Amino acid sequence: MKTLLELDSVAARYGPVQALHDVSLVVREGEVVAVLGANGAGKTTTLRAISGTVARSGAIELDGRQLKGGPEAAARSGIAHVPEGRGTFVDLTVAENLRLGAYTSRSRSVRADTKRIAEYFPWMAERGGQRAGTLSGGEQQMLALGRALMSRPRLLLLDEPSLGLAPMIVREFFRVVGQLNEEGLTVLVVEQDARIALRASQRAYVLEVGRVALTGTSDELRDDESVRRSYLGY
Amino acid sequence: MLAAAFSDFMQQVVSGLASGGIYALLALALVIIHRSTGVINFAQGEMALLSTYIAWTLTFNHGWSYWPAFVATLAISFAGGIGIHRVVIRPVERGSLLRIVIVTIGLLVAINGFVVWQWSGEPQQLQSPFGTETYDIGGVVVSAHDIGTIAVAVGIVLLLWGLFQFTKVGLALRATAVNPEEARLVGVRVTWMLALGWGLAALLGAVAGMLTAPTVGLDPNMMAAVLIYAFAAAVLGGVDSPIGAVVGGLLIGVLLNLLSYLSQYGAFDWFTEELRLPMALLVILGVLLVRPQGIFGRPAVKRV
Repeated sequence: MKTLLELDSVAARYGPVQALHDVSLVVREGEVVAVLGANGAGKTTTLRAISGTVARSGAIELDGRQLKGGPEAAARSGIAHVPEGRGTFVDLTVAENLRLGAYTSRSRSVRADTKRIAEYFPWMAERGGQRAGTLSGGEQQMLALGRALMSRPRLLLLDEPSLGLAPMIVREFFRVVGQLNEEGLTVLVVEQDARIALRASQRAYVLEVGRVALTGTSDELRDDESVRRSYLGY
Repeated sequence: MLAAAFSDFMQQVVSGLASGGIYALLALALVIIHRSTGVINFAQGEMALLSTYIAWTLTFNHGWSYWPAFVATLAISFAGGIGIHRVVIRPVERGSLLRIVIVTIGLLVAINGFVVWQWSGEPQQLQSPFGTETYDIGGVVVSAHDIGTIAVAVGIVLLLWGLFQFTKVGLALRATAVNPEEARLVGVRVTWMLALGWGLAALLGAVAGMLTAPTVGLDPNMMAAVLIYAFAAAVLGGVDSPIGAVVGGLLIGVLLNLLSYLSQYGAFDWFTEELRLPMALLVILGVLLVRPQGIFGRPAVKRV
């Protein structure tokens, strides 16, 4: 499988605070890769380094090309980042949120893409005029995913999608992600809930204080008793 | 007597709508900048003043007719607003909002000084493009300039609404106002959107200035009072609500005229023209005390 995303010794800091020390990882085309770890291990910062919303150093390549600049540039090179805590425009309608997802695409395919998204989430078509802020938490998370898909991303970054959602909704969310992956979408997902993330992914990295502590296939990590106990806490 | 009182009343309403339309345009400019950057642009009135002097120079010194000068002034103001954001505002945009506010106050003083230096403080006359005729519509005498002012204000507001509601760039402008960080993640070039907001605000101010000058005369203090009325309009409507700015502007314009009207007929007989400006301040104070979010604003909720 071809390498789509490669991080080589990436470090990142918030002002004086070093959040990432040395993270190297690879995501191949068509994979779902999970990034796990405790609070403050640098999971979210890893995604933010990729999309350029934090000061970073080291090499980040998408499809062999160095990623430079801020999130506007990352969005233009095909990265869709769904940030922690949903990330919808609460004052705008469902339809407007979806249209914004297609902001970088030049094509006239916005309408066709909206239809395609409605096949996954029929309610979005019916409630296009509703303000995103009035949706339930689960619906907002789905809308954030739908909006990300509108950009026809080459790589989807998901930050803690399970946060604050009921287990049933989390399962539904990952079912859709799995379906999208089968259709060819590459996903890098950060999760606190290791159990869900290992089930949804093919490979995983475990971060510890800003460094990669461990990596392997999701099956290996899940079956290794000592790994589970010392790193994943279940 | 009653009929005369009624036509007098209607006359005051129409001319109140005309001045209210001007306040609405300037209030809209304030709201656009406040929504995207969170600051009140104190230089908004002086920016409009400078635009109006440019229009005056084009017509008076260069012999342009009004409408070409109007359009050219809009273009110059739009570009100037973008320039002000890029050169003066952007360097102080990070950090405390107070820094931007102080810079806009500095800009106010600087532009006013420049205007006096360039054009002197002598009052000038900018012709009304609508002429000086008055029409008698069923006993109500209205001036062509008032009708034209209302028409232009309505037209500009509708154009702006269309821009925000139906275009991609309008959607990006709104997204930037709602959540700039998110907007960057979907690929919106936020700094350009902020600059564009300043450009639009400068353009709105230019229209307000060019509509104000024919009735009150063009001099370096022309926009000071208009800016206060626009503040009152924005606060009344809700400082984050474009619709609120328009409604607030019209309300302020009509209410102040009705006070004058009523004082002529015995009620509120303490009210004189000199009290118009203090009344606007009273409105600001009253709204901030009773309903700080204004008529159309939503109460500020801090997300934790």
